[in-house]
Amino acid sequence: MEELRRYGRVFATFARNSLVRDMTFRLNFFLQCVSSLGWTAMNVGFYLIIFEHTGSIGEGTGWDRDRFFLFIATTWFINSLVQAFFMPNAQEFSEMIRTGGLDFALLKPIDTQFLISFRRVDWSQLSNFFAGGVIAAVSLWNLAHREVDPMVPSLLSVLLYVVFLLCGIFIMYSVMIALSATSVWLGRNQSLYNFWFYITNFSRYPMEIYNRGYLGKPLFGLFTFVIPILLVVNVPARILADPLVAREEGSGWYIVWAAVMTVFSLWASRWMFRKSLLSYRSASS
Amino acid sequence: MSAASVTADDFPPLPAPTFGHRVAVWWMILKTSLGERLVYRGDFALGTLMRFLPIITQIFLWYAVFDSIGDPEGDSAAEIGGFGFRDMVAYYLLTMIARAFSSMPGLASGIAQQIREGEVKRFLIQPIDLIAFLLITRVAHKLAYYAIAVAPFALVFFLARDYFVGGWPSLPVFLAFCGSLVMGFLIGFFLEATIGMIGFWFLEVSSLLFVIMLFSFFLSGHMFPLTMLPESVLTVVNWLPFKYLAYFPAAIFLEKIPEDELAMEMWIEAGWLVFFIILCRVAYARGVKRYSGFGG
Repeated sequence: MEELRRYGRVFATFARNSLVRDMTFRLNFFLQCVSSLGWTAMNVGFYLIIFEHTGSIGEGTGWDRDRFFLFIATTWFINSLVQAFFMPNAQEFSEMIRTGGLDFALLKPIDTQFLISFRRVDWSQLSNFFAGGVIAAVSLWNLAHREVDPMVPSLLSVLLYVVFLLCGIFIMYSVMIALSATSVWLGRNQSLYNFWFYITNFSRYPMEIYNRGYLGKPLFGLFTFVIPILLVVNVPARILADPLVAREEGSGWYIVWAAVMTVFSLWASRWMFRKSLLSYRSASS
Repeated sequence: MSAASVTADDFPPLPAPTFGHRVAVWWMILKTSLGERLVYRGDFALGTLMRFLPIITQIFLWYAVFDSIGDPEGDSAAEIGGFGFRDMVAYYLLTMIARAFSSMPGLASGIAQQIREGEVKRFLIQPIDLIAFLLITRVAHKLAYYAIAVAPFALVFFLARDYFVGGWPSLPVFLAFCGSLVMGFLIGFFLEATIGMIGFWFLEVSSLLFVIMLFSFFLSGHMFPLTMLPESVLTVVNWLPFKYLAYFPAAIFLEKIPEDELAMEMWIEAGWLVFFIILCRVAYARGVKRYSGFGG
């Protein structure tokens, strides 16, 4: 317990330092927030245009406009938290391996994975968390007040939503740490961000749209059962929005599977991280 | 000391550069930049291939969308804004080509940085024109890019050949497509160069640049075919130059632009190009007048 409190204090210090650093260049911080929000607005515009032409994403899936915007809000919650807390650190980790700066991290009397994962917080990314909040609030209101098939999520589903939102973040974190650990073997991993973007791109849409054809089914299987990024957004979004697909028989198993995979990916990424440290050979002297 | 008595007469004025000299200079710039770009080719080819990955998601997304409004494929296939499901995928692939021509990463911010850091004064002293220099280096970058990217592009287009239901367009349409790509490259270049020239007036242009990039991304048709926009918005967007950066070449190739309007549209594009060339030149000339350079 004492140990846990110590880690909490260290993290609070990291967060405070990052905030001080961000606030040194306030205008820059503000512009970063505005640019993330601009990007969000553009995406929302894109989906609004799609829903000008269609009633739902996929025949009979039940992802109508209001429900799909809950899905998008979920994506935004998860991505903003991952990008605020883990993205800057994962990038720095790759850089530390290359420059040999990891030596200093290994010497500190604290868990190395903790130190690597939480050192820096990119506060400006949290602006998208609020954008997600606005999207979620608007679509929940629309969902409750519409004429056809109105819905108000139950308290239980909101609680489960929060739990599986966290599970989704843990899965994303594991994938990211595992990805950046590969830079120990590859020497340099500059395209980490690109690769991250391409992988998470799959998680941004309802999972069942992939489940067809000779290309889709293997992708669906891979990203559900091996690298479970399709579960990250889909499971919490299905719990909260309760579209038709979530009422199909057997779809409850995805929730169980997401819980199992959260534990497994955290464990696997920890194992991979430690394995990669064993192969680390400093730089120069 | 004799060395100190060197007079200006010992350095006769250089003869005015002939056209041949200029071409020689351009050729040298082109060769140097080509060499520069070809250093990391393997990484580059792989990176290009990875860029097609998001299209896979787009294929599934649009299949789902078309599936919910009607038949995605077949004789009575559903259409959105004049695009069927297969057209839509072909459209995204073609905008990749269009963007490969018209996108200018780092051009505007590079110019602004050169102005801020005073590097631009070298062009005021040396007999090389800044805009011409930038244009040639950009051409070299693009040539190097195509030389390597042609393989991944060919592979992806071969794999996706079934999405091109119309097959190859007729020769005149194809020529118009090529013309629109080249003009798209030039419009992209002069548009961004003009934005960079704003650096003569304001030191920091990155936020302005970001806003314009955002607009350009949305209104160029990179995210979706512009014909999906509501009628009133579409009329405005049609009069903006952004559509030449992505939508227009792709729409030509897919024969979404009626053949009798094609020539007129090409002339309008050429008009925009001339406009941006003049704007860029004027901005540069005015900017240089304001500019003051100090030190070595």
